Amino acid sequence: MSMSITNILVCGIGGQGVMTATEILAEAALSLGFDVKKTEVAGMSQRGGVVTSHLRFGPRVLSPQIAPGDADLLVGFEAAETLRWVHMLRPGAEVLTNIGRIVPPVVNSGRYDYPDDPVAQMTALGLTVHAFDATAIALELGEIRLGNTVMLGAMAARLPFPDDVLEQAVLARFAKRKPQLLELNREAFARGRAAVAVAGATAG
Amino acid sequence: MAAVQPAPAHSRQFLSGNEAVARAAWDAGVRVAAAYPGTPSTEILEVLARFPDLYTEWSVNEKVSLEVALGASMVGARALCAMKHVGLNVASDALMTLTVTGVEGGLVIVVADDVGMSSSQNEQDSRFWGRFAHLPVFEPADSQEAYTLTRAAFAVSEQFRTAVIVRLTTRICHVKGAVTAGDREVVEPTGFEKDPPRWVMVPGHAKPRLPLMFDREAALREAAEASEFNVLEPGKDMGVGFVTSGPAGMHVLEAFPDAPVLRLGFSYPPPLERIRALAAQVDRLVVVEETEPLLETELKAVGIDCHGKDILPRLGELPPNILTPAIDRLLRGEAPVEVERPAPQPVFPRPPTLCVACPHLGVYYTLSQLRNVIISGDIGCYTLGAGHPWNALDTCISMGASMGMALGMDKGRGAKDANKKIVAVIGDSTFMHMGMQGLLDITWNRGNVTILLLDNRTVGMTGGQDNPASGRDIHGQEAPRVDFVQLCEALGVRRERIRKLDPYELPTLFKALREETKIDEPSVIITDRPCVLIGEYKPTQAYKVIDDTCTGCGNCLDVGCPAIHVTRRGQETKPSGKVVDLAFVRIDTAACTGCGLCVQPCAPEAIVHAQRLQPLSFIRQPGSTA
Repeated sequence: MSMSITNILVCGIGGQGVMTATEILAEAALSLGFDVKKTEVAGMSQRGGVVTSHLRFGPRVLSPQIAPGDADLLVGFEAAETLRWVHMLRPGAEVLTNIGRIVPPVVNSGRYDYPDDPVAQMTALGLTVHAFDATAIALELGEIRLGNTVMLGAMAARLPFPDDVLEQAVLARFAKRKPQLLELNREAFARGRAAVAVAGATAG
Repeated sequence: MAAVQPAPAHSRQFLSGNEAVARAAWDAGVRVAAAYPGTPSTEILEVLARFPDLYTEWSVNEKVSLEVALGASMVGARALCAMKHVGLNVASDALMTLTVTGVEGGLVIVVADDVGMSSSQNEQDSRFWGRFAHLPVFEPADSQEAYTLTRAAFAVSEQFRTAVIVRLTTRICHVKGAVTAGDREVVEPTGFEKDPPRWVMVPGHAKPRLPLMFDREAALREAAEASEFNVLEPGKDMGVGFVTSGPAGMHVLEAFPDAPVLRLGFSYPPPLERIRALAAQVDRLVVVEETEPLLETELKAVGIDCHGKDILPRLGELPPNILTPAIDRLLRGEAPVEVERPAPQPVFPRPPTLCVACPHLGVYYTLSQLRNVIISGDIGCYTLGAGHPWNALDTCISMGASMGMALGMDKGRGAKDANKKIVAVIGDSTFMHMGMQGLLDITWNRGNVTILLLDNRTVGMTGGQDNPASGRDIHGQEAPRVDFVQLCEALGVRRERIRKLDPYELPTLFKALREETKIDEPSVIITDRPCVLIGEYKPTQAYKVIDDTCTGCGNCLDVGCPAIHVTRRGQETKPSGKVVDLAFVRIDTAACTGCGLCVQPCAPEAIVHAQRLQPLSFIRQPGSTA
């Protein structure tokens, strides 16, 4: 696979804003003149199911799918979901994950266990993991739906984009669709960015 | 919903395959577009409905949508209908004869195969319909091609006076890529010409038209040989060459940059001579097609030696990580070295669930409390009732099938099932799609079936599209609303056997089901509360659990609401000596919308209203599609 292609895998569960976040990433990449393809597997995701979004950009993108072992960056909106997709990463790649948990009915009913410590499990695999509580930040800002902007802020420093390109893409989207949420999103982005700078990485 | 002005021509847009098809239809001057919602095709009509200067509709089923489009074509207008793969099964009766009449205005049938089965009851290859109905098939490989080929399909449709099938897959429909649109055409309808030998398909008229259909197919074969949409991507390594179509074409280009690849955009009739020419240049020819070996079989039939499903999977998608090892084994006879990557970590499954406060929760909780029932199910969100904790749906086959199957169970049962009650469960949209005829069959033939008609006033599973039960059209404008009580009565159910009730009132629902299943004639129980994802649903005050009062009985967990979480587990020894498991719970007050279902089975009355502390959870929000 061409080295000039960047592969980002974003995962979470239906309703968390995984697709919207990836869409904004795609808009940022497009604004820089890259060829971009984005694909989702979101079967019945609105009903609490697993969502993954593949984003590939570079000079020319053919297949929209990231092959297992080819992802450069894994961004997880929910701790166990991040763990679910680690096999998609190339060895030594980076992981950015929310440590917030969404426990499904299959765990509540006692039929399955939630992993004890998903971050430690990923670190043990030799991955560089940036973990922080995006859910808590969003709730502090008073709107849990800001979680995806917090996650985008956390991604900002890990992309082959000039500074501020991603933030501008986020703000451009809200300026157009929900101007009343512009300032709140600016803050959410900054908080996400700062959170990973403070948290640093746990490397295995 | 106000019309939007589409982005200017020649601008670079980032569109999904569905959006690109919609834009192409608009640019082609389509006057009528119709569809029944179905993943992965739904967004085509959702997008078209927002464009100006054309008529769009949600039809009650795919057959009707195709007939609407055909009628528009008969008066000389350009028309499009879109559906998921199984929709074309429903529409096929019209399809198999419109191929005999041919068309007047350009008619394009977009069919979206769910390759990989993200949201369907089966995986089937709609390219068969092109062979079966002798219709041309176009297969785009990405969003830009979805645009280009849909536009070209209208031109081919009018040139050859035939409907054209544009076959998409999930990996086209839901992949976004850069698209540059062209200029919009303005196409005036040419007018209806009375011509019974052409339009009235009785044997005497149809018989002389059949040879014309085969002449047309021969002419289309010539067109495919010359088509600019069948592209040979040259390669310098002649060890292996590929023939491919659809998204698999992009996977092949990605995985084998040095191999010659013939990508078929105009894939049926296949350009056999061009394929033969490629075969002569390469050591081995491999056909890469999703999903069935259609082209492969056709090539072998004309003596073109090739590989295909002997080395590639018969099911699912064919991305590079599937293709590369298969070709390695073919060329070198050995399994390739696996790509180095972190080991997969086992994580619990996260199957889809019914939403917090979904009215179907009440239905399935109640059904799960009944014994000795066979529950004939149908297609929609409520198919999830087959899962945990309800286990209250026993069959699911096709749209509307719950009706006929329930009748067949009733008529076919022997001594083993003599004491069982037969219940059919069907949603409002599915009932209108294909269930009404089944109900008529039940009443006419005196079946003993209790029907639960779950009216949530929307097509829920595909993201909340309007239907005749919503009282709104595709634009959200007020439209006539069907009256299910009158409809069921007209279909032969006695008025006394039709009840309309609130599925959140568990005792009422339970009593109604008990009574109606005991009566020896067809009855219909209509549950009448809106889907929680549509505007009509009004959230109320959330509930919480009083920790000290909760006894851990776990009754509330049987409702299956995703807002109820277990905080700790325990065990208790009853006076009888029996040991029971305990599960103490909390309610996620940010997610709870106060439906009150869990309050009703709570024995110690530990569930009470909570002051709302946080905004509504992001877990459920309207507008996204399944």
